[in-house]
Amino acid sequence: MSEPLLKIRNLTKTFNAPSGAVQAVSDVSFDIPRGSITGLVGESGSGKTTLGRALLRLIEPTSGETVFDGQDLNTLSVAEMREARKRMQIIFQDPVSSLNPRLRVCDIIAEGLKAHRIGTARSRRDTVASLLEEVGLSADHMSRFPHEFSGGQRQRIGIARALALEPEFIVADESVSALDVSIQAQVLNLLLDLRKRRNLTMLFIAHDLSVVEYLCDQIAVMYLGKIAEIGPSRPLYEAPAHPYTEALLSAIPLPDPKRNRSRTILRGDIPSPLAPPSGCVFRTRCPHAEDACAQGDTAAITVGAAHQSYCKRTEELYVRA
Amino acid sequence: MAAPSAASPDANFLALLFSRRAVLLALIVFAAILLLCLFAPLVAPADPMKMSVRARLSPPGGDFLLGADAFGRDVLSRLLYAGRVSLMIGLGVAALASVAGVAFGLLAGFFRRLDGPISRLVDAMMAFPDILLAIALVSILGGSVVNVIIALAIVYTPRISRIVRASTLVIRELPYVEAARALGSSTRTIMFTHVLRNILSPIVVQATFIFAYAMLAEAGLSFLGVGIDPKTPSWGTMINEGRQYLDQAAFLIVFPGLVISVSVLALQLIGDGFRDALDPRLAKDL
Repeated sequence: MSEPLLKIRNLTKTFNAPSGAVQAVSDVSFDIPRGSITGLVGESGSGKTTLGRALLRLIEPTSGETVFDGQDLNTLSVAEMREARKRMQIIFQDPVSSLNPRLRVCDIIAEGLKAHRIGTARSRRDTVASLLEEVGLSADHMSRFPHEFSGGQRQRIGIARALALEPEFIVADESVSALDVSIQAQVLNLLLDLRKRRNLTMLFIAHDLSVVEYLCDQIAVMYLGKIAEIGPSRPLYEAPAHPYTEALLSAIPLPDPKRNRSRTILRGDIPSPLAPPSGCVFRTRCPHAEDACAQGDTAAITVGAAHQSYCKRTEELYVRA
Repeated sequence: MAAPSAASPDANFLALLFSRRAVLLALIVFAAILLLCLFAPLVAPADPMKMSVRARLSPPGGDFLLGADAFGRDVLSRLLYAGRVSLMIGLGVAALASVAGVAFGLLAGFFRRLDGPISRLVDAMMAFPDILLAIALVSILGGSVVNVIIALAIVYTPRISRIVRASTLVIRELPYVEAARALGSSTRTIMFTHVLRNILSPIVVQATFIFAYAMLAEAGLSFLGVGIDPKTPSWGTMINEGRQYLDQAAFLIVFPGLVISVSVLALQLIGDGFRDALDPRLAKDL
């Protein structure tokens, strides 16, 4: 495998709240291989959205490196970053608020081209027309306003906007979770299609594990601002190596009422990020927690090819079999 | 630009606006006043400055449709010419206050460092009663039409600026603004294309009200004798002059008072109409 497109090293984002500092993303490191789709999962408040934003510097990271194609984005000046933005884009969750209601579709999609002064008014129109076709809409839709479209169609407009600058990397932030299931599948297939056609690398943020399994090559599980487990999809789904991943996977509904299975049910809520637990942040809800889990940082333990768990008891709980 | 398929949100707005009878009526009345004053030289029956000792305080009817004032000048003609001044002050104040208010509001909403100073200044200005602040400012600047416009614009700028700041704070966090930043759009594009374009509605509504307030305030200032030069007829100066003849010729203040009331009422109704037509939640119950 060649050099990963994105290498994230010790990325941290701290928000200063009146009641103290909140580490939304805490010392996160992982790689996103070129041409892959990496799924980022975790419950609300786990910091996955913040991480996605921090990668693109839509939120300024507090510390750490985001090495994109050999260059640390966090050291770039504002002007350099503006230039680099062409290569990375984002698709949002809410198809309503992600499109300016006062702009026509052609102006929405051409915004990036205009911002970087690419092409003439006419060539931009042609680009918009072909983008609309590419995402499954019609070029006739160009002069309409967002409110004339359904949720799925709006999401396609958002995707076309992100594609206009021909980025290599796309962060899809819960991009299908606001849509009906049938529409979800259409949009997911569109994303897969685009990935193949344009050789895109994607970070797909989601809380729905069944969606992620369908789409992703690699999955990172986040909990309270930290990575709990990361690995290629198949091994991670078949043999999770972290109790949190286990709990998440056992929460996926199975379309078979007769099948019995042992479920790991988590109790309580995610702890306040203002006062994260010492040691392993998951220990307060972990069914396997011991006294030792409260001490010291959790280091990555390799359980397979590119598959790492941040559970201290990985060896005794998961590796032996 | 107007593609046949594109039902713009603005077309919808006009349909809603005109669907209310009171608003439609107010628009017609106000347009009529505006046009009559605008074309005063064509429609006025007499020269508004022409004095005639014999016609002094003639009652309405006869040669003078709305009577004549203490110098024998035709009240109707004076009303029409005075309307140009009053309306110009209203419009000027609304426009100036909107531009300044939008500028301050956008700056305060966008740049945290400017927010503190601008917002404190706005709060301080809003702590004064409008008319007192206006009197103080006109005393400093001196009484001319332009100075009254400037003074009243200063008085009403904070109203716009507050609305703009609050709306900016909401909109700048919306995903489409984030998308614009991700695309590499400049702060200027974000300010004007994304934020300003989406807060035009409340600004227009507020500007309409300010138009009305400014006309009232001008009348108030002129009545108190701190407004524009009394030689320039405005509705306010006419009332001020007519005040001395209240017992002999009440019509001297009744007519300008009536035009002021009708214009202000019409503007308020139009402002209400704008607000309702622009607010989709209210629109449904109309």
